[in-house]
Amino acid sequence: MAKRIDVSDLNVYYGQFKAVEGVTMTVEPRSVTAFIGPSGCGKSTFLRTLNRMHEVIPGGRVEGKVLLDDQDLYASDVDPVAVRRTIGMVFQRPNPFPTMSIYDNVAAGLRLNGVKGRKKLDEVVEKSLRGANLWNEVKDRLNKPGAGLSGGQQQRLCIARAIAVEPQVLLMDEPCSALDPISTLAIEDLINDLKSQYTIVIVTHNMQQAARVSDRTAFFNLAATGKPGKLVEIDDTHRIFNNPSVKATEDYISGRFG
Amino acid sequence: MTTDTRVGSTSPGPVLPALGNPSRSRTIRDQVARVVMWLAFLVAVVPLVWILWTVVSHGGHLLMESQWWTNSQRGITSRRAGGGAVHAIQGTLIQAAVTALIAVPIAVMTAIYLVEYGRGKFAKAVSFMVDILTGIPSIVAALFIYAVWVTTFGFQRVGFAVSLALVLLMIPVVVRSTEEMLKLVPNELREASYALGVPKWKTIAKVVLPTAFSGIVTGILLGLARVMGETAPLLILGPYTKSIATNLFSGYMPTLPTMINQDRTELGQPAAVERMWGAALTLILLILLLNIAGRLVARFGSVKK
Repeated sequence: MAKRIDVSDLNVYYGQFKAVEGVTMTVEPRSVTAFIGPSGCGKSTFLRTLNRMHEVIPGGRVEGKVLLDDQDLYASDVDPVAVRRTIGMVFQRPNPFPTMSIYDNVAAGLRLNGVKGRKKLDEVVEKSLRGANLWNEVKDRLNKPGAGLSGGQQQRLCIARAIAVEPQVLLMDEPCSALDPISTLAIEDLINDLKSQYTIVIVTHNMQQAARVSDRTAFFNLAATGKPGKLVEIDDTHRIFNNPSVKATEDYISGRFG
Repeated sequence: MTTDTRVGSTSPGPVLPALGNPSRSRTIRDQVARVVMWLAFLVAVVPLVWILWTVVSHGGHLLMESQWWTNSQRGITSRRAGGGAVHAIQGTLIQAAVTALIAVPIAVMTAIYLVEYGRGKFAKAVSFMVDILTGIPSIVAALFIYAVWVTTFGFQRVGFAVSLALVLLMIPVVVRSTEEMLKLVPNELREASYALGVPKWKTIAKVVLPTAFSGIVTGILLGLARVMGETAPLLILGPYTKSIATNLFSGYMPTLPTMINQDRTELGQPAAVERMWGAALTLILLILLLNIAGRLVARFGSVKK
């Protein structure tokens, strides 16, 4: 199910402004890749180009190639809606649909894409909620509103919603930054479980988190505000944290930055 | 050394000025501001209470009679008491319903265009037009429809023409309120839906509109309440008649505002004057009901808490 992503020479723009420049990297299947770097260096922006969410923003566009296995996501005959069905996303702040129950939130991706049949939906909802480690907490109140859960539960609900459509890749944009340490731990455990089936890319500001959950880490940096962000290096997480090949990475990780 | 902060303390030393009573000038300014605000409040409220009191005391007893809600004014001369307002209530409700039926889809879709799709010059132009439409006096809207409906096409003055004029007045109100409600829907919900591979139109239909639903309905009901009290289009396009008339495309259609106006012209007749107040109170009640309905929808909206 999981697929590899190959990015080559990608530039990302907001209108005329070049936000990220010249990224080339490979994201391995069935592994966790973490993006770290200072605020404003374009990690999230770059992450959003991997499922064509970037172009939802007016003026958002890219140059370069993103290959999912051998398919170019930005080829002219590719439907961005289909790309997003294949590459799911979890956001920084939990965003369950406020008009929907827990059940409906998880089923939303399938229902809105035309899947019907109560039995099929029941199965997917249970499987996804189990997959997100939330089933035991909510199985008796599936018809209660999703917005009534705690922040950490809401985020796991959003993960369940994302995996319900069985994506090939799961992108996570600082999924724990709005959560307390206990909920964070729950999400990190979940990421560990999920990586046996999915290719996961996670943006995080928490370097301990990157060290704990990821197999590979990419460090992004920018020369100065107003300049585009760049990929400094990507390597095995162990190497990045112990013996990085670029000095800027070491400075950032050891807190001697800037 | 202790610092004495009691009122009137004379002990020297603290950095802050003495924590005693506020200075005299501040007390006076406080009192003046209080009085001015109370006066402003009274100026605003007194006329309102006065109007309500006048309307209720003159017309209230008519509404207690069952014939008010069942009979029309057919065959009742201005000298005689009796009869009801059901013809006018029906007319007002029918015209309002038709107005809403036409105006709401146009207005809601315009608002969706402006918030979800509109970029660049065309959207700015549309938004500007809506602003202009908001500022059009109701009599101008009525004259415009008269010019089109009667002068150009040669049709009769009928209930439907009134509704068309009211549509012109209702659209900008509903566009603006719907726009505000759609803007309140967090962008994160749209993104969450896109990230599930849901197309944009479906995101709007199944996520954005349900989230904003109660706000949109409230706006519609308040807009409707506003146009229901409009009188200029009725005077120009919807002459009064004393009988029940439910055909929108043929004959005159009586409404509450025109009933009020009709009975106003018979000021010498006490019975007619009473009816005028009764019709006024009925109109106020209808609009009040719509307002309450709007607020109920807002409270028990679709967003689950």
